[in-house]
Amino acid sequence: MSTINFTLNGQAVSTDIEPHRNLVELLQRFDLFGARESCGQGLCGCCTVLVDDKAVSGCLYFAVWVDGKSVTTVESLDAEGALSIVQQAFIDCGAFQCGFCTPGFVLMVHQLLKEHPNPSDDDIVHYLSGNLCRCAAYPEIIEAVKVAARR
Amino acid sequence: MKQVGRDIPRLEVRAKVTGRTEYVHNLRLPGMLYGKIARATVPHGRIRNIDTRAAKAVAGVHRVVTGEDIRKLIAEPYYGPAFHDQPILALDKVHHVGEPVAAVLASDPHVAEHAAQLIEVEYDELPAVYDEVAAMQPDIVVHDMLKPAGTFADLKHLKGRKGTNVALDYHLRRGDVDAAMARAWRVVEHSFKTQQCLHLPFEPFVSVAEPGDGTLTIHTSSQTPSFVRTEIARLFGWPENRVRVKVPYLGGGFGAKVYVKLEALVAALAMLVRRPVKIALTMEEQFYMITKHPTTFRIKSGVDQDGKVVARACEVFWNGGAYADIGPRVTQKSGFTAPGPYDIDNISIDSYSLYTNRTPAGALRGFGIPQLVWAYESHTDLLAREFGIDPVEFRRKNILREGRPQASGTAMKDAAIAEVLETIATRMGWSAPFDRGTGTVRRGRGVAIGFKASISPTTSVAIVNVSADGSTTLYTSTVDMGQGSDTAFAQIVAEVLDLDSEAVRIVHPDTDVTPYDMGTLGSRSLFHMGHAVRLAGEDARGKLRALAAEAGLPENTNYPPAEIFKKRYGMQAGNVIGTASFVPTYKSPDAQTGLSDNVTPFWMIGGAGVEVEVDTETGAVRVTKLVNAADCGKPINPAVARTQLSGAAIMQLGFTLSEDMRLDGGQVTNASLADYKIPGIRDIPPMQNELVEAEQHSGPFGAKGLGESGTFGVSPAIANAIHDAVGVRITFLPITAEAVLRALRAQAGQPLEDE
Repeated sequence: MSTINFTLNGQAVSTDIEPHRNLVELLQRFDLFGARESCGQGLCGCCTVLVDDKAVSGCLYFAVWVDGKSVTTVESLDAEGALSIVQQAFIDCGAFQCGFCTPGFVLMVHQLLKEHPNPSDDDIVHYLSGNLCRCAAYPEIIEAVKVAARR
Repeated sequence: MKQVGRDIPRLEVRAKVTGRTEYVHNLRLPGMLYGKIARATVPHGRIRNIDTRAAKAVAGVHRVVTGEDIRKLIAEPYYGPAFHDQPILALDKVHHVGEPVAAVLASDPHVAEHAAQLIEVEYDELPAVYDEVAAMQPDIVVHDMLKPAGTFADLKHLKGRKGTNVALDYHLRRGDVDAAMARAWRVVEHSFKTQQCLHLPFEPFVSVAEPGDGTLTIHTSSQTPSFVRTEIARLFGWPENRVRVKVPYLGGGFGAKVYVKLEALVAALAMLVRRPVKIALTMEEQFYMITKHPTTFRIKSGVDQDGKVVARACEVFWNGGAYADIGPRVTQKSGFTAPGPYDIDNISIDSYSLYTNRTPAGALRGFGIPQLVWAYESHTDLLAREFGIDPVEFRRKNILREGRPQASGTAMKDAAIAEVLETIATRMGWSAPFDRGTGTVRRGRGVAIGFKASISPTTSVAIVNVSADGSTTLYTSTVDMGQGSDTAFAQIVAEVLDLDSEAVRIVHPDTDVTPYDMGTLGSRSLFHMGHAVRLAGEDARGKLRALAAEAGLPENTNYPPAEIFKKRYGMQAGNVIGTASFVPTYKSPDAQTGLSDNVTPFWMIGGAGVEVEVDTETGAVRVTKLVNAADCGKPINPAVARTQLSGAAIMQLGFTLSEDMRLDGGQVTNASLADYKIPGIRDIPPMQNELVEAEQHSGPFGAKGLGESGTFGVSPAIANAIHDAVGVRITFLPITAEAVLRALRAQAGQPLEDE
């Protein structure tokens, strides 16, 4: 058990955590369930979390590693009440069905648009190739990225 | 229509994009223990000894439970929808690798997992059978005795049968196949196979059981809360009202989460330790839970000189794995559509549900239909080619037209087969010249159409509650797993009661509160529950009118409900409950002939058109165009309907080109997303999704189910397109580059050596 201090969605927090816990489990202790462990291998992207503004797979990322770092989850995006442009675009394009993978996609699209404000189709599919959607809302997700970029 | 037919976003959109959707996955209860499962390491064997000492010695382990411990709690701890053949934990024998043998409970799931790995089980190994055709012979028998559940009257005769792997055989005889084959101009026979693959919802199976005072609450990621309640009550010998089943949103289902899955195990464990117990499977463990039936389909057609199919004989072997699950129903309910959507006077169907030593198989987005369409549409394409008739034209000549009886004897009513075929042909530009490619990249195109009966006879009950301020709440046990049922039902009740759809609140399945529904499966909800919701809304409307009359308000005026309540009760008080149940008529197939003139309340029609590029040097296939079309009646929400069609087709694309559960000595060798390839965002071809609007006259506001229709045509359309491009026929799934290359080399007389 070790004590870690980190910033969680802008708030300084501290907790004790066992060394074998991953980041998804750490977030659950703070009642944050938007990052979800699914494949357990860092392949599906359902557990995507930003650590120091870089997307990581929460299922493969040890909780203790966030000590001294800044962690951002999907729950931060509407902290002010309003949805982000990306979230609204996902709604407008119907870019999800069951919603289990959606937070991971939303966070990755935020990062994608930061790096490529006007992404081509190729940019989009390459950037999002690490996120899987079993309901296969892919065509609608691609559309949502374009809509968000335009806005 | 103000509400029905509108493209409104799903009701739960905000929760879904902000990560706040309620899934069982999120649930933690005070004092809750986590269960982890120790699984069988051999495909078939008698349990000699289970050594749990090392597991019990792990610090933090609360309890280790075996099948014998559960037998002390429940004398007959076997469950299953068609057969009571599945033990909660293995008893005496294991029947497939990965079968649950013991469970470890601990406050920390990692402790439980570690301890579960220390459980040592000794087996007397038995020979195993994996192939569905081999399982027809009783050389290796998976179950010592068959145990039909009694739920279905037509399975009772199988009770106690020994020395067989055939869980159900369904036979249909129409006309005189032998005579018609003898008279036919040509008789052509083929055999097709499909592989074992699986649903893989991204929220893996998860259930929590919470014991109460003589009660048990089960929170579960299930498509069938009402069935879970009945089955758990039966296991404990309790009345149903002591079991409460709650289901929030599902992170995908696709037919995996039907009937009892983890619920019996968490219920038994929770009752043993008197504490809440949660079991959440890993992605890997899903490969040992439920899969899609591998099949072998032998199909033979007699054709006359005009290219009309005059006789068809179908033999289908369904590989059900170690437990029957819903396989026997797949065998029968899908079996009678095996000849395809064609008007054929002489038909025989023999459909067999078989036990083998694989992970059990159930229903996966189509209840067996995609396996059948794969075979009959590949076969149909080969017939057209053999007789030099254009494949679309060949289908035009043979399809079932409106009102004609299908193989079972049930007439095709509101079944837009021709419209779906013509829509695909038009969108494919079928009559226009086609670029066939050159050199090592050859292009081809193909079409395929399929159809499905709805599951019948099944019951849905709905309750509509109009509160004193006029706001309205809908109670149903239909599960929204992403298909959009909450939204569609809100639109229906809003239409009836003249409300805004967005203002209707939906109460999710909670069997203490929401009424019975047979299950969210087989594309049945929009039709069955849709009707129940409509009727419950009409019931509430009638009661509101009666209340208005009681309050002395003039008849036939549209007072808002809030004013009626206020007038009647003198303040904002009271409520109106509308309720209704819906069950369509049905006639069981005749035991001898398999015939019935009323096997389904509606028909689903779906098809696909595909263009491919085949690399003749590598065998790689690239789908360059995919047209999906389905008869969806009058859609309640066209935008959501279109995403259902698209999602189903892409899922089927995975089952066609890559997904394949590989076995070696009964062991699954690729039980992870790393080795089992599902479609990703780079695998999506240019797609067109066409809702063929055709009214379902018996449906709620003309609608019918759609969730599965997009899967039907994809696989054979691709095989047909590959044949069109390079002249080779692939008869098994998945169609990998290796399979195509082997076929190309064999065609060229330079076959590749086998591995």
